Amino acid sequence: MLSYILRRFLLAIVTVWAITVLAFVIIQLPPGDFVTIYINALQSSGSPISYGQAEAMRAQYGLDQPMYIQYLKWMGMMLQGDFGMALAWNKPVKEIIGDRLTLTMVVSIAAILLTWTVALPIGIYSAVRQYSLGDYVFTFIGFIGIAVPNFMLALILMYVGYKYFNMSIGGLFSPQYAEAPWSLAKVLDLLQHLILPALILGLAGTAQLIRIMRANLLDELRKPYVVTARAKGLSETRVILKYPVRAALNPFASTIGYYFPYVVSGSIVVSLVLSLPTVGPLLLTALVAQDMFLAGTIVLMLGVMTVIGTFVSDLILMWIDPRIRMEG
Amino acid sequence: MAIQTQQPDAEERISLATQWQLIWWRFRKHTLAQIGAVIVILFYLVALLADFLAYSDPTYVEAQRSLLPPHGIQWFDDGKFAPFVYGLKGTRDPVTFKRVYVTDTSQKYPLRFFGKGFEWKFLGFKFDRHLLAVEGAPAEEVLFLLGTDSLGRDLWSRLMYATRTSLTIGLLGVTLSLFLGILLGGISGYYGGPLDTFIQRVIEVIRSIPTIPLWMGLGAALPREWSVTQVYFAITVILSLIGWTELARVVRGRFLSLREEDYITAAELAGCSQLRIIFRHMVPSFLSHIIAATTLAIPAMIISETALSFLGLGLRPPAVSWGVLLQDAQNVQSLAISPWLVIPTIPVIVVILSLNFLGDGLRDAADPYG
Repeated sequence: MLSYILRRFLLAIVTVWAITVLAFVIIQLPPGDFVTIYINALQSSGSPISYGQAEAMRAQYGLDQPMYIQYLKWMGMMLQGDFGMALAWNKPVKEIIGDRLTLTMVVSIAAILLTWTVALPIGIYSAVRQYSLGDYVFTFIGFIGIAVPNFMLALILMYVGYKYFNMSIGGLFSPQYAEAPWSLAKVLDLLQHLILPALILGLAGTAQLIRIMRANLLDELRKPYVVTARAKGLSETRVILKYPVRAALNPFASTIGYYFPYVVSGSIVVSLVLSLPTVGPLLLTALVAQDMFLAGTIVLMLGVMTVIGTFVSDLILMWIDPRIRMEG
Repeated sequence: MAIQTQQPDAEERISLATQWQLIWWRFRKHTLAQIGAVIVILFYLVALLADFLAYSDPTYVEAQRSLLPPHGIQWFDDGKFAPFVYGLKGTRDPVTFKRVYVTDTSQKYPLRFFGKGFEWKFLGFKFDRHLLAVEGAPAEEVLFLLGTDSLGRDLWSRLMYATRTSLTIGLLGVTLSLFLGILLGGISGYYGGPLDTFIQRVIEVIRSIPTIPLWMGLGAALPREWSVTQVYFAITVILSLIGWTELARVVRGRFLSLREEDYITAAELAGCSQLRIIFRHMVPSFLSHIIAATTLAIPAMIISETALSFLGLGLRPPAVSWGVLLQDAQNVQSLAISPWLVIPTIPVIVVILSLNFLGDGLRDAADPYG
């Protein structure tokens, strides 16, 4: 059991390292660097800077050194908790992304919780009442959920909200709370605004989980031990919930590991459409402006958080599934 | 042939059938999958015949006709079937100063099927015939089935070309992922051992990274001065570099389970060479699964490209894809003024749904003994 955890942990470390390299490569790929873009911006606004000034800026940000030194420098700073300056904002990266990163996680986790609470009962229902009207309806909704990309769903809902209910959907806070310090009222306000993005983000995953749950449970329900349990005279609810559902949950749990990165990924695009104050819109502007520290930190942080999420889901899986516990 | 026409009883028929026949029979039971197959074929036909089905040059810009609402065809003239469109006049609303378009019933432009329009090239030949053409005026100036975008380009015609781009990028990307997936998944599953462990770890690492930020980063890194074709191929490569992992897992899983099958052991004992075992005994039995998995991978590719282009980091104008078209519909304001700009969501949803149904049916049918 311990060796299983250790193995997972080591894998998580390797993944994080791979993500740092990827994040760094991504930032380095485009031709030119931040200073080039900065100079271009200055030139188009009519106040060009001299070659000497540009070089001084490059030296200041360490952009004149070889690639691997830049990488090591960057890593060293990261390890000390210094994420560098967001060049275009002239503020430390930490200040800019702190809140947004938390909100990204809040939105993603809300979506996953919603997915679970919705998919589990519907999955059970669809399997137990196979080919009933309800089963068909959920299968249909499920397929729609898979087929409609979440950002389009956001667009369509936003349009419907605007056109027929005359309200603007979007954002995570009402205007009066946006800049306010945290309070109970603000949290409640956040929860209210959270439902829609969580639904949009979770729909595709919910649809998939319902289908997995349904298929697994159908397999389990046909097994002889279910007949035995019935023959023993257990009530139908107990027959289903006590054994087959638990057995069907295993593959269910194992998919969370892959589901988490997927939700975080989706939250980026959905945030842009719904203008949620997550890291999504920030990442887009940072990439366009080639703001190295900012974009790199966001990609890295998102990666690290999904790795942690995956690790936690592995632990949950181990807790649910004795086979994994015993094997390790 | 003679045996088949004699109508053998059901059991005999099944035991005589080849694997592909069994798959086909099972697939025939899936109504939704067949509907999906027909729709997918139709869409790929649209992709092939985009030039013919479009009636306006998709790059024809005319600011005078920006954001023109859809303008329907009148099918009957004086009780006879003679399709035509009325002319349009753009005026300013005296109160709001917004540009409004008024139908001018005094002007009639007859429509012709298979008539002449803008010139297009196919396989090096030049054509100018289109499914719909207008007589008496260029189609670009009078025919707007789905309205126009902010630059006055005809949405219907652009949608035809976008279908071509988005569908081929899906197909091309999947082909590339399939190549990587079969190669790495096959090696992983057939040889096992440390190589398998290594490849599996690589897959796990790739899968635990959120893809969209990664794609955004790579998409933003493509040089601005690249041509449409270069960006097109670069995006395909970017999408498949991450998309291959799922296919590799399917292939590996198949290899692993087949390796344990009795008939493979039998083949080994009979002295078959490794290559013969792989290609004569293993590949035919998992080919159908691979086809199903591939079909299910195309929609993911299409969604990814659409999302990326929608963000402005994928294909960029003058390329037209569903994502590029949807960029115009990015905010509520533009949706409120010109709701027809959301029309490109419909083909995206229909195609993805159809491909999912088709892939699902294929996956079920791929295992005729299951």
